[in-house]
Amino acid sequence: MSDKFKDKFRLDRQTMALRVAKEFQDGDYVNLGIGIPVLASNYVPAGREVVFHSENGVMGFGEVHTAGEGDPDFVNAGGQAVTIIPGTCFFDHHESFSIVRGGHLDISVMGGLQVSEKGDLANWLVPERQIGTIGGAMDLAVGAKKLIIAMNHVTKDNQPRIVKKCSYELTAVECVKLVVTDIAVIEVTKKGMVLKEFAPSWTPAEVQEVTEPKLIVAPDCKEIEL
Amino acid sequence: MPINKIVASFDEAVADIPDGATIMIGGFGTVASTPTCLLEALARKGVKNITTVSNTTGFGSDVWRLLGYKFSEDMDVLVRNGLVKKAIVAAPVSTVYQNNFEKLLRAGKVEAEMVPQGTLAERIRAGKAGLGGVYVPTGVGTIVEKGKEKKVINGKTYLLELPLTADFALIKAHKGDRWGNLVYRRTSRTFNATMAGAAKVTIAEVDEIVELGQLDPEAIITPGVYVDRVIERPKDVKVDDRPISQEALDSQAKTKARGSA
Repeated sequence: MSDKFKDKFRLDRQTMALRVAKEFQDGDYVNLGIGIPVLASNYVPAGREVVFHSENGVMGFGEVHTAGEGDPDFVNAGGQAVTIIPGTCFFDHHESFSIVRGGHLDISVMGGLQVSEKGDLANWLVPERQIGTIGGAMDLAVGAKKLIIAMNHVTKDNQPRIVKKCSYELTAVECVKLVVTDIAVIEVTKKGMVLKEFAPSWTPAEVQEVTEPKLIVAPDCKEIEL
Repeated sequence: MPINKIVASFDEAVADIPDGATIMIGGFGTVASTPTCLLEALARKGVKNITTVSNTTGFGSDVWRLLGYKFSEDMDVLVRNGLVKKAIVAAPVSTVYQNNFEKLLRAGKVEAEMVPQGTLAERIRAGKAGLGGVYVPTGVGTIVEKGKEKKVINGKTYLLELPLTADFALIKAHKGDRWGNLVYRRTSRTFNATMAGAAKVTIAEVDEIVELGQLDPEAIITPGVYVDRVIERPKDVKVDDRPISQEALDSQAKTKARGSA
């Protein structure tokens, strides 16, 4: 794949998180993975009440403490100290994954390495490392009502991450509903992948050039609105 | 005779753990949720060829000391002292740095059986609850399904996952009484409460032992029937102790000095 787009504008991590957060509806229960996803907690649209779950056993928590503060007995799945809010509730790991696997979360947001045309996800093993960590990713991928993947559109050497068939070890099959990348928002549907939005300065044709499967351009396809 | 599960020392608490034992280690991976003093005692005892069941394989005390923790040991103390033969674990390696377990794994000196985190919790619960296994949707179509029975139930595909039990479970709780009733503190409950009762012998390291009757019956998370031994952490450390800033600063200074040398 060429690197002819290498100097083009791309959304930064915070802006991608901001776009992800637009998906949160009033009353949603949401799990955010480590990395870009967790940043989305800062951008819940005004007027919507969203409850965050963390797989280490808490539903409903507030902001992340600054370094050196907070309670070591109260952290999110990334190990960051977070704050109690009215409504916070703690539980053990078995309960936590009953919530995850039982379909009780409205949205799960995770990072990704590859997403296939059918919505297969690969995100736990970078092939060069040979050893990876599954952690809670497989459970979150099969369990949430809506799985959103936030990732860069291409690899460091410009290979597409949105592919016809994943070449990396899978996390789960046919699980991804929406992909938010640094240049596009793509929905996975039964008919195929639908390009909903593209980054400023990009065109749908240019997004297609760095995407392996054929994209269906939505009739109302537009520039990403934040 | 009154029931009394309280033991006097950490060394006594782990004295009968033999070579080759299977040991569950509670916690999420954060040192605050880890039965640190029990792990230190086990490392001192120095048993060989153990199989562990845990969420992670430990970051190591250097990491936690740098963050200012007084009790800074996690599963790494067993790994680096050569106690571990095999780990049944959700997160065998860290995504941010290479821990001792990863080094040994790459050298072929330890084995790992990786289990998705929710499946790990469910297999432990199955062991504790006397079930023969559970059908889970997690892992279908991935490396995890290898060698497992598949079954379609109500149109959805599941894998049969077998129960996990152990000889010993080492867990961390906040308060306990002489019957073994336990309460936890915030996100330090995690795998601790899940593992209580899933082993032949469950040993709980607690911040504080209280008189029978002092725990609110409505708030007890782990009924004492699951717990065999309760041991209190040294009293000089208060439950609410924050990381000690001076120690953290000293540790940071040392690391910086090491880095520039």
